[in-house]
Amino acid sequence: MAHSAQPSTFRNPAIRWIDSRLPIFSMLYKEYGEYPAPRNFNYLWNFGAIAGMMLVIMIATGLFLSMQYTPHVDFAFQSVERIMRDVNYGWLMRYIHANGASMFFIAVYIHIFRGLYYGSYKSPRELVWIFGVVIFLLMMATAFMGYVLPWGQMSFWGATVITNLFSAIPLIGENIVTWLWGGFAVDNPTLNRFYSLHFLLPFVILGVVIIHVGAFHITGSNNPSGIDPKGPQDTLPFHPYYTVKDSFGIVVFLIFYAFIVFFMPNLMGHADNYIQANPLQTPAHIVPEWYFLPFYAILRSITFSLFGIPAKLLGVIAMFGAIALLFVLPWLDTSRVRSARFRPVYRWLFWVLVASVIGLGYAGSQPPEGLPVVIGQISMAYYFLHFLVILPILGKIERPLPLPRSISESVLGPSAASNTVKA
Amino acid sequence: MPLLDKIMLRSVALKSLGTAAALLLSAGLGLQAARAAEGQPEPPAQNWSFSGFFGTFDRASAQRGFQVYKEVCSNCHSMHLMSYRDLTGLGFTQDEVKAIAAGYKVADTNDAGEAIERDALPADKFHNPFPNDKAAAAANGGKVPPDLSLMAKARGEGGETDGPNYIYAFLTGFHDAPPDFKVPEGLNYNAYFPGHVTAMPNILTDDAVTYSDGTKATREQEAWDVVNFLMWTAEPTLEQRKHTGVKVILFLIIFAGLLYSVKRKVWANAH
Repeated sequence: MAHSAQPSTFRNPAIRWIDSRLPIFSMLYKEYGEYPAPRNFNYLWNFGAIAGMMLVIMIATGLFLSMQYTPHVDFAFQSVERIMRDVNYGWLMRYIHANGASMFFIAVYIHIFRGLYYGSYKSPRELVWIFGVVIFLLMMATAFMGYVLPWGQMSFWGATVITNLFSAIPLIGENIVTWLWGGFAVDNPTLNRFYSLHFLLPFVILGVVIIHVGAFHITGSNNPSGIDPKGPQDTLPFHPYYTVKDSFGIVVFLIFYAFIVFFMPNLMGHADNYIQANPLQTPAHIVPEWYFLPFYAILRSITFSLFGIPAKLLGVIAMFGAIALLFVLPWLDTSRVRSARFRPVYRWLFWVLVASVIGLGYAGSQPPEGLPVVIGQISMAYYFLHFLVILPILGKIERPLPLPRSISESVLGPSAASNTVKA
Repeated sequence: MPLLDKIMLRSVALKSLGTAAALLLSAGLGLQAARAAEGQPEPPAQNWSFSGFFGTFDRASAQRGFQVYKEVCSNCHSMHLMSYRDLTGLGFTQDEVKAIAAGYKVADTNDAGEAIERDALPADKFHNPFPNDKAAAAANGGKVPPDLSLMAKARGEGGETDGPNYIYAFLTGFHDAPPDFKVPEGLNYNAYFPGHVTAMPNILTDDAVTYSDGTKATREQEAWDVVNFLMWTAEPTLEQRKHTGVKVILFLIIFAGLLYSVKRKVWANAH
């Protein structure tokens, strides 16, 4: 028995032949066909599928762009413009790819805040969350290096500013920066390695996405009520219920995406990036892409030294710390109730957190002077306070609302819950 | 490292609260706020034919704009992304393009490997007024006049008409400096240029060119025409993009409607 083919239930003989030797169809059926998904997902649960679709779009369009792009400081800018002008539908591929980065981040930010609101990071889904944060970090690295490739003014100066962050590391900082650049300034070796890594990292992301999805297919999905399914009456098979719902959500998202690509394709970029990189001319304002602004604002909000640590190093620590603390979020939040629906205080503080991240984004977009600095500093203070002080204490003192007995009760009402065995 | 320090230092130099409140009101867009802080007025919005869902280039205007570029701008500014063959996209015929190209000389080598000068062909790039950047800088007070290929997209906040509005405002924005404003020797005052001082002279004047189609060549008309031309050079695929976009979005809306009804049907027994 151990050496004979596995029995398979598929009717198509070709599929049965393959599946009994390599059960890939059984696996797909198990994970995307009969996978028992809680029946009460709202539309916020679409954004995981949307983010997955964005990854595929980015890899596909990126592949076509890479066939026409030249990673050399003398030709990169011209090769991108050749794509825009002379390559058939090159403008379409480039605008889909450039705006796709923004769309990917929009989907992922909504996905992250959905997880924060409904407590998707809590036991037993800590690893799901941690691998999600890894994806987020990889996305930021990939997006940053991708923005350097067109070799415009903001590409060059953004790369210079961000790589310079590592010089804040005591003693070896300067050496690390030289090592990252492959020279003594952002130059051709930097562009070459950024191109190479920009091509590699999306496939690393794809691998971590598979781990991320695999992990919650073991624990089961969280849901808006935050309570565990008690039986088949609380779940629906993924197909057709959520395949059709995700498809609808994806197409609605695509309408928004297409609107940006076809009618305002440069809105999310910087006009300065249509000027070829010039190491001798600093732009008036160096601003990162919008999706980095909250973290950029944290970096700049530290305008003071503390305990003898210089402001710059402190800013770098705070910026990386703001992301790093997400790794331990499952243990910072001490509440045993997952969903904010049943946490009367957290429900409001969640929106304060959202406001503080938007405040940071605003501060990051402004020249670092005057009121935006104050807004940035207050927002940063709340961001750290929220995760490091409020969440650990709140879980102990907050009195949660009574939880519904089951998902089907919360969806259909107490009377219907007993006699629903549909699906 | 010094660069980051500079940025950090600037963050410490807090300006007055009054300015800051103005910044906050300016819709959260970086450069807009910066412009307010530096005292430049917002370029007035113009009604360009290429804006909107169904926008198209005004080819008559853009062809006149090419004439302005050719006779005025191209004495100092390069346009290194454009080839003469591209001009067919503006409605010039192949023969007209050949004739335009033939008006310029390009350096080449003959089959014997000797350096020669020949007439430009449609496949050649637009003539660069200077042999190299150093020559361009030397002839223009130390700074290379910026390349104009992408100028209409290289200014503003990324909105479609930001660049065109700015260029139009700039080209028609050469006035006498306010009495308390000191313009350095050899430079010129412009209301819309960052810092108000530019090396570019007030080059567009009434009748700087003579249009063959009888359009009166006022300064405003010349500026308008050249902006239409510059938008075309910056984004020659704009019309194709918008035509495709309307179809794509209509398709997606219908597709979304179909999927929604399928979703309703599938979920009918699960609610």
